[in-house]
Amino acid sequence: MLTSSRSRMAAVLRNWQLYALIAPVLAYYVVFHYMPMYGLQIAFKDFMASKGIGGSEWVGLKYFKQFFDSFYAGRILKNTLGLSALQLLVGFPMPILLALMISELREGRFKRTVQSVTYAPHFLSAVVLVGMMMTLLSPGNGLVGRLLALFGAEPIHFFGSPGWFKPLYALSDVWQNMGWASIIYLAALAGIDPQLYEAAVMDGAGKLRKMLHITLPGLVPTIVVLLILNLGTLMSVGFEKAFLMQNDLNLDSSEVVSTYVYKKGLIGAQISFGAAVGLFNSVINFTLLVLVNGLSRRCSETSLW
Amino acid sequence: MAKAIGSSPPASRGDRLFDAANKLLLGLLLVLIAYPLYFVVIASFSDSTQVLMGHVFLLPEGFSLDAYARVLRNHDLALGYRNVLLYCAVGTLVNVAMTVAGAYPLSRRDFAGRRIIMLLIAFTMFFGGGIIPTYIVVKSLGLVNSMWALILPGAVSAWNLIIMRTFFQHAIPIELQESALLDGCSNIRLLLRIVLPLSLPVVAVVALYYAVGHWNSYFPALIYLSDRSKYPLQMFLRELLVQNQLQTMMETDSETMAQQAKVAEGLKYAVIVVSSLPMLCLYPLLQRYFVKGVMVGAVKG
Repeated sequence: MLTSSRSRMAAVLRNWQLYALIAPVLAYYVVFHYMPMYGLQIAFKDFMASKGIGGSEWVGLKYFKQFFDSFYAGRILKNTLGLSALQLLVGFPMPILLALMISELREGRFKRTVQSVTYAPHFLSAVVLVGMMMTLLSPGNGLVGRLLALFGAEPIHFFGSPGWFKPLYALSDVWQNMGWASIIYLAALAGIDPQLYEAAVMDGAGKLRKMLHITLPGLVPTIVVLLILNLGTLMSVGFEKAFLMQNDLNLDSSEVVSTYVYKKGLIGAQISFGAAVGLFNSVINFTLLVLVNGLSRRCSETSLW
Repeated sequence: MAKAIGSSPPASRGDRLFDAANKLLLGLLLVLIAYPLYFVVIASFSDSTQVLMGHVFLLPEGFSLDAYARVLRNHDLALGYRNVLLYCAVGTLVNVAMTVAGAYPLSRRDFAGRRIIMLLIAFTMFFGGGIIPTYIVVKSLGLVNSMWALILPGAVSAWNLIIMRTFFQHAIPIELQESALLDGCSNIRLLLRIVLPLSLPVVAVVALYYAVGHWNSYFPALIYLSDRSKYPLQMFLRELLVQNQLQTMMETDSETMAQQAKVAEGLKYAVIVVSSLPMLCLYPLLQRYFVKGVMVGAVKG
């Protein structure tokens, strides 16, 4: 025991430069990640800047009750869940399908073009994406408005109607990220044993059957891991795009937890209330992740940890 | 279909049909994804009346550089450009330095405490304090309304750190490192002289990931900056494209309302092109490296 702890000490001393190297990174994680977690206690307190986080009064679940009693709670939770469920439903299968289709192409110009073009929109900022949507979809003179008029259809006020918010959000996400998300599946495809395909050809399988019976099953572990990650964020919708797409006309369906927390907590200065709503949301997400991960480990032996 | 059996070298009819359908669908998808981007570019070079009338479909109509002339004369955009270049450069430098400093020790098997530190870092990927407690921390450090509020809170991304650590672990032979240490090389020297020069591709990938993130982000600026002169490009873009505040682009005294509305629509396309130009220029490079990065991450995520 003594020698092992002594040699351990020696190893630490020998590598002191490595500890010096990682010190700022640890400091970063403590200050910008673990301090905010410590600060989460303000969700159970009446936060007063003058008294600080530790000195403010405990109020228990007051702010959680206030949120759930409010008229907005149900609507915001429904919007958040509905939006990410729709996004998952539309956005999750598309990259898999795209990767399967790309993998069937022979190496060459067409394949390279498909890849370059489908990856490109990933690099547009949320502001540019939403700006493009607003301009192209503008009912009077946008491109889509013109096309609708060409077919004699009535102009549609895409951004003015609550019903269009979720489909627009989900579809623009597919447009922007489908190609990028397919890369990880293409990487996984490279790991499938070529002998499986040779054996299948011997048995007379055509391309479609090889795709369904070899390629797709080969992707399942990757699909499961990504599905877990996605389900773990089912109760969170990113702030940036949702906030940009919001306006007074579509707020009924576009207000989600992240934008509500920003408006109440930072703009409205209801610090503790905002923190409580945010905490509730993070806890739900974390619980979902742990549950789904456990379920998947039991059923398919694929899991994050 | 009976003929298809046992015909592997010459493609069977089913396979040819499959290939044709596959190419057709991908071609269609290609148009759906590329056309909006293409339209923005041709519209930006067209006369704004022609765009408004819906005459622009395949080629620029009434070729005009008027929109670009106005965009380039705009002070807000120039300011935003300057600011974001600065934030992007300083931010990426901090990001890369911190990520290397975290990833290298964690890649070493003889680094005592690596498991617990890794756990501490990975946990933050799944749970965090959220924006309000983070805001309080940033504020108490006196960083609000300074460029450091856009850089320090996101100084390391756990995801990029894991990508880099994986690369160090798998691509740098451990024997090489051990023999260097035995020869009396210090850990820092080992990192700078041997490990980093062998890891340039992954450093490039991670640097590019961070740089694109800085270029495209507006949320930190929205919550931390109050001083307009410090706004990065995306904040001004938001005013122009989303909030439709294009007054600063108008030469007010000489233009009627109707004219202004017309010009405003045309301007947006040029604004989009100008603001995405650096990413467009970098794109061929980005694509090669980024794809590699995703692959590295996928090997052992």
